[in-house]
Amino acid sequence: MQNMDMVSKDFQDKVLNDQGLTFSEKILSLKRSDEPNKIALSNEIIVAKVDLAMAHDGTAPLAIKVLEELGIKKIWDSSKVILHIDHTYPASSEQIANFHSIMRKFAITQGCHIQEGNICHQYMLENFVVPGMLIIGADSHTTTQGSLGAFATGVGSTEIATIWASGKIWLKVPESIKIIFNGNLPKGVYAKDLILYTTGKISCEGANYKTIEFTGNVVKGFSIDSRATLCNMSIEAGAKAGIVEMDYITKEYLISLGREPMLEVHSGKEAIYDKILEEDVDGMEPYVALPHSVDNVKAVREVEGIPIDQAFLGSCTNARLEDLMIAAKILKGKKVKEGVRLIVTPASKSVYKNILKSEIADILLEAGASITSPTCGACVGTHCGVLGANEVCISSSNRNFIGRMGSRGSKVYLASPATVVASAIKGAIIDPRDYLR
Amino acid sequence: MIFLRGRAWKFSDNIDTDVIIPYKYKARSIDPKDLAEHCMEGIDPEFSKKVKKGDFIVAGRNFGCGSSREQAPVAIKACGISAVIAESFARIFYRNAINIGLPAIVCKNISKEVNEGDLIELNLGEGVVKNLSTGKVMKAERQPKFLERMLEVGGLIEYYKKFGKFSWE
Repeated sequence: MQNMDMVSKDFQDKVLNDQGLTFSEKILSLKRSDEPNKIALSNEIIVAKVDLAMAHDGTAPLAIKVLEELGIKKIWDSSKVILHIDHTYPASSEQIANFHSIMRKFAITQGCHIQEGNICHQYMLENFVVPGMLIIGADSHTTTQGSLGAFATGVGSTEIATIWASGKIWLKVPESIKIIFNGNLPKGVYAKDLILYTTGKISCEGANYKTIEFTGNVVKGFSIDSRATLCNMSIEAGAKAGIVEMDYITKEYLISLGREPMLEVHSGKEAIYDKILEEDVDGMEPYVALPHSVDNVKAVREVEGIPIDQAFLGSCTNARLEDLMIAAKILKGKKVKEGVRLIVTPASKSVYKNILKSEIADILLEAGASITSPTCGACVGTHCGVLGANEVCISSSNRNFIGRMGSRGSKVYLASPATVVASAIKGAIIDPRDYLR
Repeated sequence: MIFLRGRAWKFSDNIDTDVIIPYKYKARSIDPKDLAEHCMEGIDPEFSKKVKKGDFIVAGRNFGCGSSREQAPVAIKACGISAVIAESFARIFYRNAINIGLPAIVCKNISKEVNEGDLIELNLGEGVVKNLSTGKVMKAERQPKFLERMLEVGGLIEYYKKFGKFSWE
């Protein structure tokens, strides 16, 4: 394990073994630079050293402008700054192409990493994130990266520019909420259903400013793909971070990609939580968030029959290999209903390559899906699946706000990949378990 | 002591950044003037035309939830709003607003104490909100000193230009 320059080995061991501290308190105690070697407790404001600082084409152009206005010529550490061109990739207009050019030029000048054509959070998981990191991203769904046992949170453009300049950020150490999923997950129910259910239960501000720790035997059995879905949507309840602690599944994932943890951090057994929610998943079913709020959640069977124009399987929430495998299982030998479009946007080039190598891409195409290159596109209503007036979409993405995917008059229903593709076959919202028998 | 005075535009709980400024506009331009034209378009497409310089947004809980787009507070500021006073804010919006020099003021029960069109006075240094139309005086939550210092000079960029460091350094 890597040690950090300013923290003494004794202090690190003391913090990691402290049974009274939460994951967030431990990791931020070890990252703080204002008073190194001093424990950071919940609600304390600290200054912390950042391990990775990323931005994308929706936030980086403004951050680059801010850096210029500040008169800062050189970023603090080019190996820790990552740029992603993903939100509107490939460019859909001249103005957007110009923003992409600004980012490429900046990356060359600064010598930092830039990638194009992979959704940022998926690319970060595949290439950079390791347990114990403090990651700041100019994107609200940066919480996704907590699925590998890191503390990852979102900020805006000016703030990411200040990190690029200084390597540091001020943070209020968050209180924590523990959500425990125990039991046997019924067939047709997935991580997406659990997080939709939770958001419905605690509301879209139920975790404001707090860390959500996901645990329980169900989460411990989840793949990194499923854990990423949970952490991704913790921001929809307002969370600062969503985390799943490192375990053997995390280790296997890292080994498969040739990376090692920085720090293995676990909440202490006597740590104090703002709230502990224990959910028995045995009675859970597929859920859907109705327009226009992510916490407007009902069981899919309660809203079955709502006709759809578009089914979207994509975004940083649910477009990983596991999601597309589930989709293919349901779509095999079936056809998308005439008049309905199914748009599939893999989360990364690696996911895309894998569906091409397996039979997944064939199954999706045979069923009538359109597969786009990886982008945030439809989820943010910029391209590759924008909704027209009064159109209805069932989507595996994360937000159903007014106008999110296009017209102010369109409606977005959020659900799992299984519910999305089952609904595409039916032409209306339907419980996917009807197709899993 | 900074006094701000203007009329209140009222909004409900959970105003998200997609209704404040849809992605399609912010993808095309980072010019505050372009963004201002579409401010609050998801709720009221005419909003930017109706706002007068110095007006306030008064809102319920969790204002600015959703995306990290800084263009949301930028659009609000550029259409002339002098401060957002809400019962609570989503965390990224709150940071963004202060960084760009738009006061984001937490004031409990503000929704109940203010009607649309009421004349409001905000004493930024003291954290006091007065509804001049009803005479009601309310205490806002104080912000950490380093954020107040940043707001006083107009935001993070201005602070850095003036002092050659960030306010938390």
